[in-house]
Amino acid sequence: MMLNSSKANKSSKSLMRRFPIYLMMAPGLIYLLFNNYIPIAGLAIAFKDIDFRKGILKSDWIGYKNFEYLFKTKDALIITRNTLLYNAAFILLGIVFGVITALLLNEVSSKRLLKFFQTTILSPQLVSWIVVSYFVYALLSIDKGMINNRILPLLGIKEISWYTEPKYWPFIITIMQIWKTIGFNSIIYLATIVGISSDYYEAATLDGATRNQQIIHITLPLLVPTIITLFLIHVGRIFYADFGLFFQVPMNSGALFSTTNVIDTYVYRALLQIGDIGMSAAAGFYQSIVGFILIIISNLIIRKFNKENALF
Amino acid sequence: MQKKINTLVACAILAVVSISCIIPFILLLIGSFTDNNVIINEGYSFFPSKWSAAAYEYLGKDLGTMINAYLVTIFTTAFGTLLGLIISAMLAYGLVHNNLKGSRTLNFLVLFTILFNGGLVPTYLMYTQLFHIKNTIWAQIFPSLLVNGFYVMLLRSYFRTNIPQELYEAARIDGASEGCVFFRICLPLSLPILATVGLMQGLAYWNSWLNGLYYLTDTKYYNIQNVLNRLLLDIRYLQSGFFGDMASELLATMPTDSVIMAIAVIGVIPILFIYPFFQKYYVKGITLGGVKG
Repeated sequence: MMLNSSKANKSSKSLMRRFPIYLMMAPGLIYLLFNNYIPIAGLAIAFKDIDFRKGILKSDWIGYKNFEYLFKTKDALIITRNTLLYNAAFILLGIVFGVITALLLNEVSSKRLLKFFQTTILSPQLVSWIVVSYFVYALLSIDKGMINNRILPLLGIKEISWYTEPKYWPFIITIMQIWKTIGFNSIIYLATIVGISSDYYEAATLDGATRNQQIIHITLPLLVPTIITLFLIHVGRIFYADFGLFFQVPMNSGALFSTTNVIDTYVYRALLQIGDIGMSAAAGFYQSIVGFILIIISNLIIRKFNKENALF
Repeated sequence: MQKKINTLVACAILAVVSISCIIPFILLLIGSFTDNNVIINEGYSFFPSKWSAAAYEYLGKDLGTMINAYLVTIFTTAFGTLLGLIISAMLAYGLVHNNLKGSRTLNFLVLFTILFNGGLVPTYLMYTQLFHIKNTIWAQIFPSLLVNGFYVMLLRSYFRTNIPQELYEAARIDGASEGCVFFRICLPLSLPILATVGLMQGLAYWNSWLNGLYYLTDTKYYNIQNVLNRLLLDIRYLQSGFFGDMASELLATMPTDSVIMAIAVIGVIPILFIYPFFQKYYVKGITLGGVKG
C-alpha cells in the first residue's frame, strides 16, 4: 500500500517535473513548425496553379505543368549549370587556398602575429555581400571604377563595360567567393593541424626529418580526413548558391544573367520581380528535392568515413 | 634553420593575403573621404587628388533616415539575438533529457530542419498570407533568422557533454524547479557556447538584408543593409524622396558618389570595431560549425 502510493506519488511527481521541460521547448518547436515545416508542406504548391482569388488551398491542382514549362525554358539548364559549376570551382579552390593558408598560419610562431593574420583574413567573412558589392562597384564601375580609370589606361587597354559583359563574371564571382571564405576555410584546417599530436613531429625530428618533410609526410596526410569531410559537406550543398554573391555583387544586371543566374536568384526573380509563382515554385521544388537527396547521400558517405563528423 | 626560413616565408605570404583581405575596406574608407568631383572625373582611387569630408557633413545634415535605419538594425539585432538565443537554449535543454517521452522524435525533427528546406516560395507565401508580416518590423526578426536548428544542436551537445549531469540531479534533489535548474545552473555554466551562438546570430541579424528585400516595400523598417542595397541598385533612388522632403533641394549639392561609400563605412565600422574582442568566440563557432556543415 505504502509502496504503491509512493510509486504513484513518484510518477505524478515526475510528470510534474517533465511538464515544465515540454513548456520550455514549446516556443522553439512552434517556431520550427511554422518557419520550417509548413513551408515543407507548402512545396506542394509547385503542383498548383495559384490563384489568390481562390486562395492557396483552393487553387487548382495542375500536375506537372509548372515543371513542364520550367524545363522547356533555356533557363532551367543555365541555372543548373551555373549553380553546379560555380560550386565545383568554390569547393576545389576553397580546399586548395584554405589548406595552404592554414599551413602558412601554422608556421607563424609569434602568437600576436598569428592573431593579427587571423583577424585580417577573417574580416571579409564578417561583412554582408551588400558591403562587398560596394567595393566591387568602386573597382568595376564603368565611369567611376578604379580599374577602368587607373589600371587599364596604364596597361593600354580600352575601358571595359564590366556590368554588361558576362564573360568576365565567372572570374569575378569566384575571386570574391574565395576572398570572402579563405579565412573561414583556413581556420577549420588550422584547428585540425593544431590538434595533431606533437609525438609525430618529435619522432620525425629524431629520425632526422626536416621541417618541410614533416609538413608533407605528417601534416598533410593527417589533414586528409578533414579535407574529405569538408569536401563532402560542400558537395551535399552543391545545389544551393549564395544569393547575395550572385544577386547583389553583379548588381542584378540583366545583361549578366547567362553567367550569374543560379537557382536561388532565378526563384527570387520569378517570384518577386516577374510574379510567376508557378515557375518559381517549380524551380524551388527542384532545388529542395535534389538538394535534400545530395545532402543525405553526402552525409551517408561521411558517416561511413568518420562517424563523428556526420550530422546523423 | 629551416623553421626560421619557413616562418619568414609564411609571414611574407600571409602579409600579402592579409593586405588583400583588408584593402577593399580601405578603398571604401578613402572613397568616402574623396571629393565628389574627383570621383566623377577620375574615378575611385587609393590616392585621390583632393580629399573631402563633405559626404559625412551631408549625412550629418540629414541624420534622420540613417538614424532610423540604425535603430532598426540595433533593435532587430538585440531583440532577435536575445529572443532567439533564449528560445534555442530552452529547446536544446529539453532535448538533452533522453528519458523524456518523444525525445528521439523531437531530436529528429530539429535535425531535419537542417537537412531539408521548403525554400523561398512557400516560406514567402506563408509569412505574407498567414502572418501578414509584409511591411512590419517583425519581417526583420522572424523569417528564417530567429531559431536555427543547427545552433540548437550545438547548444544541445554543449549542455550534454560540458555540464556534469550530476549537477542537475543534485539541484533537483534539493528541490530546485526545472526553470531554476535551467537558469541557475545550465545557463551560467554554458557562457562560452552562448557567446559563440549569440555572436553568430547577432552577426546574421546585423548583416541581414534578405528579409528586407523579400518582405518590405515600405522603407520605414529598412535596416542599414537594406538602405545600402537600395542605394547601390538604384542610385537614382535618392531622388525618390527617401531622404525626406528636403531631398530635392539638397540633391543639387549632394556628393552622391562619396555619400554611398560613407554609408557603407558607417554600416561596417561597428562590426569591425567589436570583432577583435569577440574573435575567440567567432573562431570557436567556425571550428564547431565548420566540420559539421
